[in-house]
Amino acid sequence: MTATVQTLEAMERPPVSMGSRLEGELLEVSMGPQHPSTHGVFRMNVALEGEIVRKLKPVFGYLHRNHEKIGENASYLGSMPYTDRLDYFCSMTNNWAYALSVEKLAGIEVPERAEYLRVILAELTRLQNHVSLLGFLLNDMGAWGTPLMYAFRDREKILDLFESLSGSRMMCDYMRFGGCRVDASPEWLARAKKIADIFPRFVDELEQLIVGNEVVIARTQNVGKLSSELAVSAGITGPMLRACGVNYDVRKVDGYGFYPRFKFRIPLGEHGDTYDRLMMRILEMHESVVILKQAFEQIPPGPIINPKVKIRAFRPPIGEAYGRIEGPKGELGFYLISDGGPNPYRYRVRPPSFINLTVLEDLCLGHTVADVMVILGSVDIVMGEVDR
Amino acid sequence: MSEGIDEGLRSKLQQQGVWVTSVQELYNWGRKNSIWPLQFGLACCAIEMIATAASRYDIARFGGEVFRPSPRQADLMIVAGTVTKKMAPQIVRLYNQMADPKYVIAMGACAISGGPFKQGYNVLKGIDRYIPVDVYIPGCPPRPEALLHAFMELQSKIDEQKLSGANKAAHLEPEEPSEFPVPEFGKHDLEPPANPNVFRPPAIERA
Amino acid sequence: MEGLEQIKARIKAAVPGAKIDIVPNPSPANQPSLVIDNEHARDVARFLCDDPALRLDYCSNVTGIDWLDRSVKKTVKVKKVVDGEEKEVVETTEEKLPGYLEAVYHLYSMAHKHGPVIIRMRTADRAENACLPSLTPVWRSAEFQEREIFDLYGVRFDGHPDLRRILMWDEFEDHPMRKDYREPNDYEYEPTPHDDVLEKAKGHYTSRPAEEELKPS
Repeated sequence: MTATVQTLEAMERPPVSMGSRLEGELLEVSMGPQHPSTHGVFRMNVALEGEIVRKLKPVFGYLHRNHEKIGENASYLGSMPYTDRLDYFCSMTNNWAYALSVEKLAGIEVPERAEYLRVILAELTRLQNHVSLLGFLLNDMGAWGTPLMYAFRDREKILDLFESLSGSRMMCDYMRFGGCRVDASPEWLARAKKIADIFPRFVDELEQLIVGNEVVIARTQNVGKLSSELAVSAGITGPMLRACGVNYDVRKVDGYGFYPRFKFRIPLGEHGDTYDRLMMRILEMHESVVILKQAFEQIPPGPIINPKVKIRAFRPPIGEAYGRIEGPKGELGFYLISDGGPNPYRYRVRPPSFINLTVLEDLCLGHTVADVMVILGSVDIVMGEVDR
Repeated sequence: MSEGIDEGLRSKLQQQGVWVTSVQELYNWGRKNSIWPLQFGLACCAIEMIATAASRYDIARFGGEVFRPSPRQADLMIVAGTVTKKMAPQIVRLYNQMADPKYVIAMGACAISGGPFKQGYNVLKGIDRYIPVDVYIPGCPPRPEALLHAFMELQSKIDEQKLSGANKAAHLEPEEPSEFPVPEFGKHDLEPPANPNVFRPPAIERA
Repeated sequence: MEGLEQIKARIKAAVPGAKIDIVPNPSPANQPSLVIDNEHARDVARFLCDDPALRLDYCSNVTGIDWLDRSVKKTVKVKKVVDGEEKEVVETTEEKLPGYLEAVYHLYSMAHKHGPVIIRMRTADRAENACLPSLTPVWRSAEFQEREIFDLYGVRFDGHPDLRRILMWDEFEDHPMRKDYREPNDYEYEPTPHDDVLEKAKGHYTSRPAEEELKPS
């Protein structure tokens, strides 16, 4: 916690019915931007009454690195590596969302094998994102280090796959308009299949560790409850929305890629509390493995990129397009306006974790300051995407 | 390294089981093997920093696993990620809050120069505009091995620091500043855009 | 989901006096949008959100666009009498169109799982009249995104509960996502061999399409 720089505006005193707690002034605390549990450079100005949060204002912009402005000045393909750095856990899904939007804008078909590769990589990304989220969340709850070490151990296995395919661990820059950059060898697919096969064992291990754990239950159940009406109105997407019991998954609704070809279920929560959000990730990982297994069986041979797409001097026709996918954090969309030039006139990212933070204040009010960290952790934010 | 003693004699004594050293060497040996970094991540590079601390790369082998959330307890600031203009004053403040001796690693292209985001209006073009940097590692992001390499570079730098004499370490000089002015938010940019006492870019000479 | 023409007719029936235009989208994406007027914007939004057949309860994406002032050149062939002889003369007239800022909302329905319906609102100009009604009372998800438009484009949203800068610091005065924003020159320019390559490449660029085609509408 650093010194308060920016003060909150004058606030109403809450009614004086504090039971056994001492009466006192509201205490303003600035949490972040340097804080061990804010997942990057996020900052919250909170007003505390004792330990109870009475007001919370998120402060953004500490990682605002002008992604959209740079995207308007770069060529269409030139923005692809920048999308890696949006949500730096999930570069593959970011690539896909951007490629999908440009393909919509220019009317590009994608070959079958490339669509399968995209599904495989997106689901692997979902696995490693959820696993690291659980590690961080348990870290925030006080299980210092250990779950994170386990999570990163298994994340590294998937990162190795990414590295052997694309050449980079985190910033893969793998997808292209109309396909993918390099083909996956049969050995790579066999290796990936092996990892997908053993992954549920690790998820089960983690599940056993946390599902019945008394501390986890005490810290998460009935903490940060979100009603489904508020969630829909506030544009919450991804696991956080489904934890409230709203059945909305872009994979099913839009049926982009080849998702309609796969049989998988959408896990739904009941209470919308932190525990449900946590469980949603575990259940989604099981479903991702189900999708992966089908994809490894079905993937056909063939080309991986549409040969008609121009790499140099690529200019989509005049118009605009909004494309979206179900990223691990929620609905990731790109809105592009083309004026017929080599770079977009407007380049907009719809960041799921930024919009999911809309309800952060509603979730935290009335809880203790220690719960704020757990609630924030369960929202699953990455600052690269929140501030762009 | 211990100045007063002949290397050959030292090695001979060591063969006989007598270990001779100097206070400086012992002191630096202790310091370099227990560097406590500040637990502080900015962007993508922070994830690689965490991966470095995790079980596979294991920075504990080099004595740097104790990540401290408080700047008062930290020796090393790893500037891991893009420094935005909104964040830069906080980083200088954190640096000022660290106790001497303190070191800075600029991790990744963004922390060195703004990197891929250099064109951005809110991106600081290198943290060395405000605070002195000891080790730079390029990469976007640098692999964990690269961070370990930077860590070892810093260790050898600490090992060579003198405790006394004319060219002793900067933190032992009372005149050398250990705190730097925090930039302020201006109407269009940070004020000042760089600290001229710290930021001295080399002049480019071209034929 | 019903077509955009039908939605437009139903809005006009439900919100009397609303002015709605359809913006065609020539690209293969085929996502045309509706321009709604600022006075009736909130009523229209409320209708779109509550109408049982549409039920656009989920506002996915809110964003701003800056359209600069532009001039359209029109060439007309006019018959004129020159030196006692009737001749066809080409006359060019230049028409100046004022720029404006635009906010675009992408609406989906979580209840019926359809969408998107895209609505846009336009400000009168790019300076003191850059005002739009806030749709945050209808869709809460617009709260931070409208703040972002206010910060980066300088559009003031009337009726927004908490309109402050969100990404830049409070003392900042410019609106950096505007097309005419000049950023502070704070980086040391270093000439590279790439500059020559870029200069040579300029000769191979095809010219941009004419200005009139630039904008949808």
